[in-house]
Amino acid sequence: MEDWQNGGFGLYLHWPFCASKCPYCDFNSHVAAEIDQSRWQAAYLREIDRVGAETQGRVLNTVFFGGGTPSLMEPGLVAAILDKVRATWPMGNDAEITLEANPGSVEAGRFRGYRDAGVTRVSMGVQALNDADLRRLGRLHSVAEARAAFDVARGTFERVSFDLIYARQDQTPEAWAAELRQALGMAIDHLSLYQLTIEDGTAFGARRAAGGLRGLPGEDSAADMYHLTQDICEAAGMPAYEVSNHARDGAESRHNLIYWRYGDYAGIGPGAHGRLTLGGVRHATETELAPLRWLKMAEAGNGETVREPLALKDQSAEYLLMGLRVAEGISLSRLSALAGSELDTKAVTGLQELGLIIQDGDRLRATRDGRAVLNGVTRELMA
Amino acid sequence: MTELSQIRNFSIVAHIDHGKSTLADRLIQLTGTVAARDMKAQMLDSMDIERERGITIKANTVRIEYPAKDGKTYILNLIDTPGHVDFAYEVSRSMRAVEGSLLVVDASQGVEAQTLANVYQAIDAGHEIVPVLNKIDLPAAEPERVKEQIEDVIGIDASQAIPISAKSGLGIPDVLEAIVTRLPAPKGDRDAPLKAMLVDSWYDSYLGVVVMIRVMDGMIRKGDRIKMMQTGAVYGVDKLAVLKPQMVDIAELGPGEIGIWTGSIKQVRDTRVGDTITHERRQCLEALPGFKPAQPVVFCGLFPVDANDFEPLREAIEKLSLNDASFSSEMETSAALGFGFRCGFLGLLHLEVIRDRLEREYDLDLITTAPSVVFKLHMKDGEVKDLHNPADMPDLTFVDHIKEPRIKATIMVPDEYLGDVLKLCQDRRGIQLDLTYAGSRAMAVYDLPLAEVVFDFYDRLKSVTKGYASFDYQISEYREDFLVKMSILVNDEPVDALSMMVHRDRAEMRGRAMVEKLKDLIPRHMFKIPIQAAIGGRVIARETLSAMRKDVTAKCYGGDATRKRKLLDKQKAGKKKMRQFGKVEIPQEAFISALKMDD
Ligand SMILES: Nc1nc2c(ncn2[C@@H]2O[C@H](COP(=O)(O)OP(=O)(O)OP(=O)(O)O)[C@@H](O)[C@H]2O)c(=O)[nH]1
Ligand SMILES: C[S@@+](CC[C@H](N)C(=O)[O-])C[C@H]1O[C@@H](n2cnc3c(N)ncnc32)[C@H](O)[C@@H]1O
Ligand code: SF4
Ligand SMILES: [Mg+2]
Repeated sequence: MEDWQNGGFGLYLHWPFCASKCPYCDFNSHVAAEIDQSRWQAAYLREIDRVGAETQGRVLNTVFFGGGTPSLMEPGLVAAILDKVRATWPMGNDAEITLEANPGSVEAGRFRGYRDAGVTRVSMGVQALNDADLRRLGRLHSVAEARAAFDVARGTFERVSFDLIYARQDQTPEAWAAELRQALGMAIDHLSLYQLTIEDGTAFGARRAAGGLRGLPGEDSAADMYHLTQDICEAAGMPAYEVSNHARDGAESRHNLIYWRYGDYAGIGPGAHGRLTLGGVRHATETELAPLRWLKMAEAGNGETVREPLALKDQSAEYLLMGLRVAEGISLSRLSALAGSELDTKAVTGLQELGLIIQDGDRLRATRDGRAVLNGVTRELMA
Repeated sequence: MTELSQIRNFSIVAHIDHGKSTLADRLIQLTGTVAARDMKAQMLDSMDIERERGITIKANTVRIEYPAKDGKTYILNLIDTPGHVDFAYEVSRSMRAVEGSLLVVDASQGVEAQTLANVYQAIDAGHEIVPVLNKIDLPAAEPERVKEQIEDVIGIDASQAIPISAKSGLGIPDVLEAIVTRLPAPKGDRDAPLKAMLVDSWYDSYLGVVVMIRVMDGMIRKGDRIKMMQTGAVYGVDKLAVLKPQMVDIAELGPGEIGIWTGSIKQVRDTRVGDTITHERRQCLEALPGFKPAQPVVFCGLFPVDANDFEPLREAIEKLSLNDASFSSEMETSAALGFGFRCGFLGLLHLEVIRDRLEREYDLDLITTAPSVVFKLHMKDGEVKDLHNPADMPDLTFVDHIKEPRIKATIMVPDEYLGDVLKLCQDRRGIQLDLTYAGSRAMAVYDLPLAEVVFDFYDRLKSVTKGYASFDYQISEYREDFLVKMSILVNDEPVDALSMMVHRDRAEMRGRAMVEKLKDLIPRHMFKIPIQAAIGGRVIARETLSAMRKDVTAKCYGGDATRKRKLLDKQKAGKKKMRQFGKVEIPQEAFISALKMDD
């Protein structure tokens, strides 16, 4: 058995356009005046053919339309892509097909079309349940619109999740707790709860560098908010199955679990990353980042710009850093098979004594406290 | 060879930032020594670290040709010198190679502490001095008032001082003419045996050791066999050149000329600045007096982060001491840090510069231990020991008393800041010796312990006076005081490299400042870390660095794996810059930063 089979095989499709650029966002997303969707369709289909030829015979477990804002795609485009996908790889009846959607009214109008095309799950970027903060985050929708879009989604798809961003400017723990309880009250079985990260190269990054963007929580209040989030979600039956992701039993995002379980995934569309085991060797792939350049390359037959065999020690590092994010943790035997060596026992016992990790037979898991400082835990284990 | 009467050699001296290097630029430019397209600001400040900090660290020599109004073309050798007090040795050395000085005074600032210190050195060296009033383009410039000040405070004639703007180029032709008409030509006998002064030397990765000389008597030619009188080493001259400022080969150098030579010199220590160079066959009878060796006043340990780098560090230190005779080094071992060197410097900036140069020019990662001055331990058995490293402090029962170096500091400051300056000196255990006024500026002379001054006194002085004070000092004597060794414990383990000698009455304050500083400098770990200052077994200050509470990437999906892995690899490399003390990693900059006090 090849290592990736422990995690499964998924397909990520990147749609790089948004109606406007959010000030905190460092994703490969752009605002374009005009998009010729039929041209994009042809490009996606050609790329699916290219990757499909290399991965022939594999069963595809999941598909994920990410962005950008994939809910700007015409339902016809989504349908054409999914038809092609099904013609390329065998898929189970229960295959999970997710699409990221912005919670505006226009988007909601396309939900039925997406469902008919085969989408089974949407993940909505709600971000906040308070209009003032939505504006501060540069979002185009209001809370009322988000709730309406959410209701349409609930009535259309089997599974719906949404994203919230917390640790916002001047946000008190009490205000966040109230907002989170509202979210949990919306008959939901999956939530992504992200602490606001100020990324370099974004509008927020520039504002912070210039001394602006005051009122963000420091390390200690950020830690308090994180633990508060865990308490509230656990009590509501939605424990974290990953650092920032909460679900009822069985409602986890199966596509994202492929990343964290370090399976294989193909990446198609501008700036998409992949991990593909080909001829027994796991490769890291990347496609051209700039949308129009990618479009031309894909039309010419290949949108890929990077294809590198990954050294085993790099694979083991990636498995460790991805795998400890999930509550289920990692398999030590799988890790040492990749690394060719065991983890440093001194580091493991040290972290265990501090209550940051737990070793349980073959499994090594980060505790809730450990996940709050996971970067540090991973550093210690990798040293 | 050039006629002696057509040579002029001079140094440019001034207080820091008064515009020496900019004036050098203009002299180089106006004489066409460097093509216009190759000019850049402060072009002689060629080291990265000089350009970054905007200051001159090494004295630099350039040979320029100037067609004077008398119709003759003169050879001018100019030496641009550093202004900062830590590099005063460079200035004094340079002065020995020339006959005159341009004294640059910023006309908007007036006479400052290093103006005084440098001009007195020039007078001692027997120089003819041409005062130059710079920056007259500034609205705040008061050339007439500064002229008076030069006469009152320094006591030299300033009636002929030349007003210039080194920035705009105003007045530069007058400076060139004054160099020719007012500075003396060098003397020397071309037929006498060769006698040349070794002014400077440095290591060049292509040429090996490069030696700069000033010829006093005789002639030196390519191919000559020459001898260094002090070290006795004999070499052949492979290359002979002058600096314009890049090397230009020349067939011979005669009396009064300045140039460089190379000769496959293997032993770096064969070339000592101040040595006299002569011919192997026909030697001169008497060597030049040589330079007074520089006395390092601040000591610290330099250790390679990676123990395998000891040998490269040894070589790097040897090569660098060639370029900088004012820094000393001696091998040292430490329980926590392994093999390294105890190095001596003329001040803290000097220390930082050398450490930076070792790291950059020789690609080393270094740990710097807490700097210390030299204490004299008077033992009960009558022996007197030098204590360079507080970690070596012997058992107190054997020590009768301890003496520390004191300095005489001269501070010049506008009236309105005098109060703050006096308070600062008081806080640093200073004793006032003198206080005088020249116009609205006060000159305070203080007796201070060197230990209280070396680390951050200059920074503090600048900050309490908004940059308006200037400062110079000389070591005066060793004096007894109540000094104790303070140790620092991190996670209950003593960290030798952070221990220091302090005055008993100041120990608690310093201990408190140290542990608070360290709490900020040491990054949070996965566990909490007590940080303590102690004298003997008694804890005098304590802080606790709490455990890391939040450090996790919020979003990490398929597209983030590569970036995250590379980041972790980079952090692993960054970890190498930290040194492990027990379970705690201390970043290398902590060892110096912890000593700087914010009062
Ligand atoms: N306005 C004005 N600024 C000047 C003039 N000459 C120099 N400066 C500026 O003064 C600053 C210091 O000039 P430098 O030439 O580096 O001074 P320095 O005396 O060589 O300094 P150190 O070598 O560090 O002692 C620079 O910012 C120069 O641009 C001048 O005539 N007018
Ligand atoms: C790639 S976005 C796509 C979703 C969709 N475009 C939207 O914004 O509604 C995925 C999610 O990442 C989260 N996110 C993006 N940038 C973030 C940041 N700087 N800090 C925290 N969360 C962020 C947001 O919650 C967002 O919904
Ligand atoms: S957060 Fe979503 S909508 Fe906003 S710019 Fe990024 S991808 Fe586009
Ligand atoms: Mg200079």
